[in-house]
Amino acid sequence: MLSVKHLLGIKYLNREDIALILQTADTFLDVINRPIKKVPSLRDITIVNLFFENSTRTRLSFELAEKRLSADTLNFTASSSSVSKGETLIDTVNNILSMKVDMVVMRHPQAGAAHFLSEQVDSIIVNAGDGAHEHPTQALLDAFSIKRKLGSVEGKKVVIVGDILHSRVALSNIFCLQKLGAEVAVCGPPTLIPRHIESLGVRVETNLRKALEWCDVANMLRIQLERQDIKYFPSLREYSSLYGLNAAYLESLSKEIVIMHPGPINRGIEISSDVADGPHSIILDQVENGVAVRMAVLYLLAGRQPE
Amino acid sequence: MVAPRIILDAERFRLTLARLCYQLIENHDDFSQSVVVGLQPRGIFLSRKIIAELNKLTGQKITYGELDVTFFRDDFRRKALIPQNTQMDFVVEGKKVILVDDVLFTGRSIRASLDALQQFGRPEKVELLVLVDRRWSREIPVSPDYVGITVDAVFSEKVTLDWNTDQQGAIVHLLTKNQED
Repeated sequence: MLSVKHLLGIKYLNREDIALILQTADTFLDVINRPIKKVPSLRDITIVNLFFENSTRTRLSFELAEKRLSADTLNFTASSSSVSKGETLIDTVNNILSMKVDMVVMRHPQAGAAHFLSEQVDSIIVNAGDGAHEHPTQALLDAFSIKRKLGSVEGKKVVIVGDILHSRVALSNIFCLQKLGAEVAVCGPPTLIPRHIESLGVRVETNLRKALEWCDVANMLRIQLERQDIKYFPSLREYSSLYGLNAAYLESLSKEIVIMHPGPINRGIEISSDVADGPHSIILDQVENGVAVRMAVLYLLAGRQPE
Repeated sequence: MVAPRIILDAERFRLTLARLCYQLIENHDDFSQSVVVGLQPRGIFLSRKIIAELNKLTGQKITYGELDVTFFRDDFRRKALIPQNTQMDFVVEGKKVILVDDVLFTGRSIRASLDALQQFGRPEKVELLVLVDRRWSREIPVSPDYVGITVDAVFSEKVTLDWNTDQQGAIVHLLTKNQED
């Protein structure tokens, strides 16, 4: 059983929790590849997907995971709700919970929103991304994808390339991969690498070629232009020429590496089409694995016995 | 605290296993339309023995799978349920399915297995084989087609199977709690 009541971040999970989630995800991956992809485990559970920020993959993935588990789902997007009339987060959630909802899956632009909510309302909270803080299910599905591709995560070298400063995926990935025994490095322009990140035990590399020669897996992050209020590098073209990955670059390396991307891809900036669609890429496997991992998270959280 | 009593020893187990296999052969001819499905987690020890014996006796390779029913159980949130692997690389559409489990108690896991089986198609017929049938303890109308031994045990008692690999078989114990417990 999981040691936590909510999934707020990878920081709060221990290694056994992560191992249990990945092991359960294996069986769900098996389920979603059968002719009948549905199981009735959560048939008496209602889950609300609260999205205060745009999302395609994560929202659809959660919704599909909920439906595959036979849960009833409610969808909420902030732009078409009373939030735009000035309602507070707690009021919004408490109103939804009085309609007898058992679980809340929430994405919010503010870091710590999921943690705050878990202290204020009586429901199971799953963090689907809070600001530039954590995105736990993405880290779990990345670890799951590495495990399925390379057999295990322990001892592997993973480099996270790009906009580390604005990335919740980077932070959750660092926690998750380290807890599973992998070595992690971050790589990007110095302006996009948070200060003191080496205190988390990660290597910092500003030269892409050096980073790629070192690693087994490269996780290419998107440049989050929507979060960048100032200029962090002179131009996208310059960024792309220094930190973008194309097939010729990949072939010039002395070994084969696995390429991942959490999506959405800016084709031609951090990664070119011939890499994204190439043989080393497991980007679409990540999306498939995402449904299985989210099913595992929802199943295990809902299955905790009441205290 | 508990006084275990052997109700089926290794020698008797071998005889019982052989009898169950011959009963299956009587009813299923050449097994071309039949499949054997062991139920996770504990039914697979028995089903693996059954399928090995059947393959030996008939000289054929009979279709065999292992089914996990965790996601279909109705006691979710009453206890921690950790799923096991399902190994079913065939569909059961139009086939005669022989479900194999070790102990038939309340019948709830059999109900779950019938649900789980539907994921793999609509079988022509489903039969149930159990090593131990605990009579009078059913909570759901389920009855087995092939029974190793029948045991009359009350709810406070426990039936456990020891799969002793050295002796190539199982020993079935009946655990009875003392009055003072």
